[in-house]
Amino acid sequence: MILDLVSMLLIAAGLLFFVGAAVGLVRFPDFYTRMHAAGKGDTLSSLLVISGFALHEFKDFEGMDFILALKLLAICVFIMMTSPTSTHALIDAGYEDGIEPVIAPDAENVLGDPTSRQP
Amino acid sequence: MMYRAVTFSLLLAIWLVFSGIYDAFHIGLGILSCLFVTWISSDLLFDDRSLGFRARLGQAWRLGGYLAWLGWQLVLSNLHLLKLTLKPGAMAEVEPRITLYRTALKSDFEKFLLANSITLTPGTITIKILGDDFYIHSISKFAADGLDGQMERRIAAIFAPAGSGSPSPSAD
Amino acid sequence: MFETFSIIAGAILLLLMLPAFYRVVVGPTAIDRIVAVNVIGTKTAVLLVFIGVIFGRVEMFVDFALAYGMLNFIGSLAAARYLHRVRPFYGKGGQLAEAEATPTERP
Repeated sequence: MILDLVSMLLIAAGLLFFVGAAVGLVRFPDFYTRMHAAGKGDTLSSLLVISGFALHEFKDFEGMDFILALKLLAICVFIMMTSPTSTHALIDAGYEDGIEPVIAPDAENVLGDPTSRQP
Repeated sequence: MMYRAVTFSLLLAIWLVFSGIYDAFHIGLGILSCLFVTWISSDLLFDDRSLGFRARLGQAWRLGGYLAWLGWQLVLSNLHLLKLTLKPGAMAEVEPRITLYRTALKSDFEKFLLANSITLTPGTITIKILGDDFYIHSISKFAADGLDGQMERRIAAIFAPAGSGSPSPSAD
Repeated sequence: MFETFSIIAGAILLLLMLPAFYRVVVGPTAIDRIVAVNVIGTKTAVLLVFIGVIFGRVEMFVDFALAYGMLNFIGSLAAARYLHRVRPFYGKGGQLAEAEATPTERP
């Protein structure tokens, strides 16, 4: 029972962070800042929801449930490794595709204008 | 030889978790296919083979501690994101900028770990890695200033044994 | 009780796909749309676990979720590779000079 409550709490927290990611995906001004929302929000919220389910499946302490919880934790490890990697790949592709970043007026773009590096 | 045994046992553990059928026939199939994959791809997983088993075990232990710290940073980063998106008026704090960060880490695995950690900490994302230069997109000036050398020192402390004075041993 | 909670949470998760779908429809550039599709794919992989809990067949749907997550990752990598203007340099270090020495036409 108490494990059920803890797993519900984890899933609810994951849904809250999913809300943050989804609203950020709509409200942020340009592509790069949207990648912040997509890359970070999805990683943590998927981790929280899936580990909540792993806790729920683990509650009987039987053999097959243990294997099931291990599978869910394997999904967690997989997401933790691949989500930042695909974020890098997509943001690098967006930069090379020539999307202009919005830069604050008191800063300079050290990477250079993407369209000026036309080969 | 030791690295082949480690690769084989990792593969077999993954087989046992994902197969879910435990009779002699299926476990035998698993052992055969893991032996085959170990034979054809044993040089993929670890680059540097000079370290012993105990040193590798220590590295894995410290890597686990680092991942726990990284999970806490991920929670902080999501709270920051939630504050930016849902609090009214907080969108004015968004002043994106691109900064350059030069690292002293050498091996590819350390750079991969540093780039992923920068992406998961609050307000910063790695755009590009060219040699030793990391180009970082950060969401405000505060987030850009938070990127000091602390994370890099933590990563260097994982792969360098604390006692010996060797500056940067190359890792996986 | 946990099943009811799972159904409600799954419905909320389904509703949360709508903002990402908005970004798919109106996104100014192609890569914005790809990022939004990637976000929807992550949500779908999580939603498959929800469906497994509701139907009581988690051990089957977990494999679906894992395969979907892997396909989502590989799909986003392929899309990023397609939109890259210069050919990425796959080697030690990755120098810019070598990457720019072999430009490819934009598709």
